[in-house]
Amino acid sequence: MIKLMKYLKPFTISIIVIICLLFVQAICNLALPEYMSKIVNNGIQQKGIENSVPDVIRKNEFDKLMLFIADEDKEKIRSFYNFLDKEQLSDLDYEEYLKDYPLLEESSLYELKALKKGEIDEINLILGKAILVSLDISENGFTLLPDKYQSLLGLDPFLIISTMSAEEKTIVMEEINKKIDQLPESIITQSSIVYIETEYESIGIDTNKLQENYIITFGLKMIGVALASMIISILVGFLASRLSAGFGRNLREKVFSKVESFSNIEFDKFGTSSLITRTTNDIMQIQTIIVMLIRVVFYAPILGLGGVLKVLSTDISMGWIIAVSVIAISVVIFILFTVTIPKFKIVQKLLDKINLRMRENLTGMLVIRAFNAQKHEEEKFDKVNRDLTETDLFTMRAFSFAFPLMTLIMNIATILIVWVGARQIDSGSIMIGDMMAFIQYTMQIITAFLMISMAFIRLPRASVAANRIVEVLDTKPLIVDSTKSKKFLKNFLGNIKFENVSFKYADADDYIIKNISFEAKPGQTTAIIGSTGSGKSTVVNLIPRFYDVTEGRILIDNRDIRDVTQHDLRDKIGYVPQKGILFSGTVASNLRYGKERASKEEMTYATEISQAVEFVLTNPQKFNYSISQSGNNVSGGQKQRLSIARALIKKPKIYIFDDTFSALDFKTDALLRKALKKETKNSTVLIVAQRINTIMHAEQIIVLDKGEIVGIGSHRELMKKCRIYKEIALSQLSKEELI
Amino acid sequence: MKKGNKINTSSKMAGGKHARKMFGDDDKAKNFGKTIKTLLSYLSAYKILLILVVLFSIGSAAFSIIAPKLLGDATTKLFEGVVNKIYAVKNAGIDFSYIGNMLLIMLLLYIVSTLFSILQEFIMAGVSQKLTYKLRKSISLKINKLPLKYFGKQTRGEVLSRVSNDADTVGQTIGQIMSDSISSITTIIGILIMMLSINGWMTLASLIVIPVSFLLIAFVIKKSQKYFKRQQEYLGTLNGHVEEMYGGHNIIKVFNAEKRSIREFNKINNKLFNFAWKSQFLSGMMQPIMSFVSNLGYVVVSVLGGWFAIKGVIKVGDILAFIQYVRLFMEPIGQTASIASILQSTTAAAERVFEFLNEEEESPDNNEKFEPKKIKGQVEFRNVKFGYEEDNIIINDFSTKILPGQTVAIVGFTGAGKTTIVKLLMRFYDINEGAILIDNHDIKNIRRQDLRSSLGMVLQDSWLFNGTIMENIRYGNNNATDEDVIKAAQAAHVDYFIHTLPDGYNMIINEEADNISLGQKQLLTIARAFLANSKILILDEATSSVDTRTEVLIQKSMEKLMKNRTSFIIAHRLSTIRNADLILVMKDGNIVESGKHEELLEKKGFYTSLYNSQFETSSQL
Repeated sequence: MIKLMKYLKPFTISIIVIICLLFVQAICNLALPEYMSKIVNNGIQQKGIENSVPDVIRKNEFDKLMLFIADEDKEKIRSFYNFLDKEQLSDLDYEEYLKDYPLLEESSLYELKALKKGEIDEINLILGKAILVSLDISENGFTLLPDKYQSLLGLDPFLIISTMSAEEKTIVMEEINKKIDQLPESIITQSSIVYIETEYESIGIDTNKLQENYIITFGLKMIGVALASMIISILVGFLASRLSAGFGRNLREKVFSKVESFSNIEFDKFGTSSLITRTTNDIMQIQTIIVMLIRVVFYAPILGLGGVLKVLSTDISMGWIIAVSVIAISVVIFILFTVTIPKFKIVQKLLDKINLRMRENLTGMLVIRAFNAQKHEEEKFDKVNRDLTETDLFTMRAFSFAFPLMTLIMNIATILIVWVGARQIDSGSIMIGDMMAFIQYTMQIITAFLMISMAFIRLPRASVAANRIVEVLDTKPLIVDSTKSKKFLKNFLGNIKFENVSFKYADADDYIIKNISFEAKPGQTTAIIGSTGSGKSTVVNLIPRFYDVTEGRILIDNRDIRDVTQHDLRDKIGYVPQKGILFSGTVASNLRYGKERASKEEMTYATEISQAVEFVLTNPQKFNYSISQSGNNVSGGQKQRLSIARALIKKPKIYIFDDTFSALDFKTDALLRKALKKETKNSTVLIVAQRINTIMHAEQIIVLDKGEIVGIGSHRELMKKCRIYKEIALSQLSKEELI
Repeated sequence: MKKGNKINTSSKMAGGKHARKMFGDDDKAKNFGKTIKTLLSYLSAYKILLILVVLFSIGSAAFSIIAPKLLGDATTKLFEGVVNKIYAVKNAGIDFSYIGNMLLIMLLLYIVSTLFSILQEFIMAGVSQKLTYKLRKSISLKINKLPLKYFGKQTRGEVLSRVSNDADTVGQTIGQIMSDSISSITTIIGILIMMLSINGWMTLASLIVIPVSFLLIAFVIKKSQKYFKRQQEYLGTLNGHVEEMYGGHNIIKVFNAEKRSIREFNKINNKLFNFAWKSQFLSGMMQPIMSFVSNLGYVVVSVLGGWFAIKGVIKVGDILAFIQYVRLFMEPIGQTASIASILQSTTAAAERVFEFLNEEEESPDNNEKFEPKKIKGQVEFRNVKFGYEEDNIIINDFSTKILPGQTVAIVGFTGAGKTTIVKLLMRFYDINEGAILIDNHDIKNIRRQDLRSSLGMVLQDSWLFNGTIMENIRYGNNNATDEDVIKAAQAAHVDYFIHTLPDGYNMIINEEADNISLGQKQLLTIARAFLANSKILILDEATSSVDTRTEVLIQKSMEKLMKNRTSFIIAHRLSTIRNADLILVMKDGNIVESGKHEELLEKKGFYTSLYNSQFETSSQL
């Protein structure tokens, strides 16, 4: 997986932008519970009053509060307030203020100036404490007053304080503050709220309205945040889908081009079908994973961490609940995996097995019925079916425990939070809204954790796919052009010479062909015959450099074929494989593989020789007849004829027919070879064959057995001196026909 | 017939099960209602279990739905306690015993709910696995009951193997659909009730966003579906191109066409990219939209809840409960789309399975007395008329009588239908008119099993299966002892080669049956025929892909096998043909000529031209 990351480089900017956006999205999503908590705490519980700093206060109340405040703070607080007085205000201003504060008519007021957040925080606690003392005096009869002054309590407490000397007051206030400091901060805030609410009511402000406004304001903020989150999320989706699709496209292109540069050695190593899967499905899988990676693996940790930070930033000491539930869920997941993963592998095997049985039942149907073995087969199938069912059932049941358990853990976490939270609310260290928000954060963190662990289930599979792709990309083709390649001469003849050529696969012990030496001359047909596995095809496959010789060398016109470019070499060769291979397109597009701008006449001529002209011309679209994938809509024989025409149109100097004729019936085979003979008059022709009558008239026949030449000569000569040739011949034709 | 073709082309295009799955059209059941009915009738076998599943899943949903309300109540109590404390009500404080009780009840509810949902899923897993097992079993049984006619087209094999995958799909998803839809419905109804019991206006307000979200989702799905289809199309094209180019790699190389191939690839690849990101982007929009809608619900609940809480219409805890309800409510709504699409592909899969299971079976056996081991081996074709399709008769009024011990050679070009006779004899196909008689028994009147025991078969694509060599030979006669098998192997000249193999008779033939050579395979099937010891033989001569020595060996053991048996040989060798008592000349599945070698040559008909082209002499070149 890591190795593929370098291919993400062109998308670095996208990725950075995405991560930034994801951060913003996480912030948005994390803000929502906080706003909700504000609505509950400040909006509902505190009637829309946020802190201990009143927006407006009567002059006498203000003065009272000032009694409990140290001198240096007094100045600061005074400077934060405007003094409103009927006499001092202009008529216009007065009218305006009167609307908001009806009490202005009777009493002077202090109104808070527009302040910055930090400035409010500065005076919040100071005012809160003063309010607490003031409330204590009016409601409880000054219980906060230190004991030694309690005797004075017959008098007006405010008077007591105001008449004290500065030193004395400082001492008293210190004592009082000590007592207050033992109280939770929320108690100070809560009592200030009550005080401020009464104050507002006396000034004539509609507190209900205030509360409603507060809630609506935050509601609108929440909608804004949600909307922002959606837009960002869609943006991320846009970038992520372009990124993943683009990544997939680039990767596919790289893999495909790489595979096109492969030689047969690499094809053998990977296997054609595996290469196909690597180019298509594997990359598709990576593409989907990338989206998931961005959406989940990037986002979930951001969200989860954000949640943790939020939780830590509050005063709530319930982090352990989250930790415990995450651990509990990990345990469930861990057990689930250890129990099911080995079973998954078994299921995969059993699935293959059941498909195999099914396939066997189908392909062997004739035999099964011929031998009356239906019962036997049914029993075999039933056994696998039973095994598969049982294993599947086990894993499904394991999962049926896991998911409800995880939900239960989440729910228990909620219950715990409420229980523990209730205690902390009681002691005043948190508020209800905080607890509610905490529940939401906990859910977010746990969900993020679940998402990550689910993503990790898929990662191993993806990394298998990734490794398979990397394997292809990291493979260096073994057959490459030499740096000092030479060109063939202008008057190219096509004389092929094998000099002690041996070949074996790199990792094999045994040679496929050994010590092969012969010469194929222009104007002559050289045939190669032998039983299966004798190395016939290998010999001819060395000529276009599908493979390179292990030992010895192949010369064409006295030039080692490894010294010319592959392009140049193959340009000279007309090759027809064992199985006719066509590509989707039209007849013409296929023939033009041989010559890119072949004319209609050229095509007609080539198909005439290859005995395909009748097939082409009898259908209405003629050369535009469309060929479906791999030529599936054309019969095997016709495919073969067209692929012969494709080679003919190239008019090469060297023809290689690799077992080309065995798919044709004898009659066509004969006609075709007759026509070919004329066409290939000046070329070197190599024919690999299994049928004696295909090759018996060749100028030179090479008999291969177990990779070695056991006979070379004409039909007559070989009949006399080569035992293996004779054996092959006699097994196919009667004596009289072999003369 | 038509359907088979259609499925095949599209599966080829999309290049695989999964790609096809997303294709859309192909994945819709043609008759939704009927398929569901059949599926339900299959499920009715598990009626009691399914009723339990329904009950448990209702229970599980119901219990978990009550909990948030209790949580809300607990929170309200908490809130009241706090507020009273602030306003310094006498003896005020949080009622911990009440809250504790509530939480305990909740815990109980959750545990019960969890138990229920575990039970429900546990039972459902059993049901769905049983169903899968049953479907697969029915398919495997069905295969053996279908007439061979059904498999006439090669592509059927493909269709069938898919049917078995379909059975899997049905089994795996049916459980999910059932439990998901039951719990979704229960959840939705339950939550509605709970929400309404708290506050009607808030319910209305928080749910008003749902139709909006449905519209949005429908729009997005419609848009993305379009691109998705195009994406699948180009994915299919791309897969096709890759398959072709890799498959014909040598051709590409030798014609120096790599650049051309890459150019073509890039063209498709770029188009694919275009549709891929669009479909990905559009379908990816679902989630943000859904979560916005759900957030909107959250906001509505917070604001409106706050409002009502101030007015004293609802309590603070109700907001918390409501928030949870809205969240729970959105889940099944979001699932509807996925349940619908799973349901669609499940019914499509189920339909294919049922269609297969409903295919017409072979006619039932008749029971004329016939002892396979005691027959003489006389075969008579009496006015036989046959065609693979009703309106295309290929054998017209064919009559001939083969005496016990005689040899019949069947000749013709590749693909001329030489195996037709074999298939008729074995009664893989029923003839349209006339009769085939073995020892004067019409093969229609005897049990297929008996008929087939009287015929031994050695075919060209020798069919071996994944198992030991011993097991493979024993296939000829399941009651044979190990000694019998070894004797048969010796008779077929195969004992020697088996001993050279690793593990000898216990060597396991692999899945592709390619760990022994083609010739060896054929030898093994000859041994199998020896073991079966039938009076009538059907043989296929070795082809040229067998090496010479093995070929000689095969010929020798075949000759030995044919002694004293009536034999039908799909012949390639001239000597066989010449020595045959009767030659059947096939062309396009039809017997065009029949008789002895010399007779046929005199006729100067098709046989003569076949003979001449097969064994053309050198003078013509």
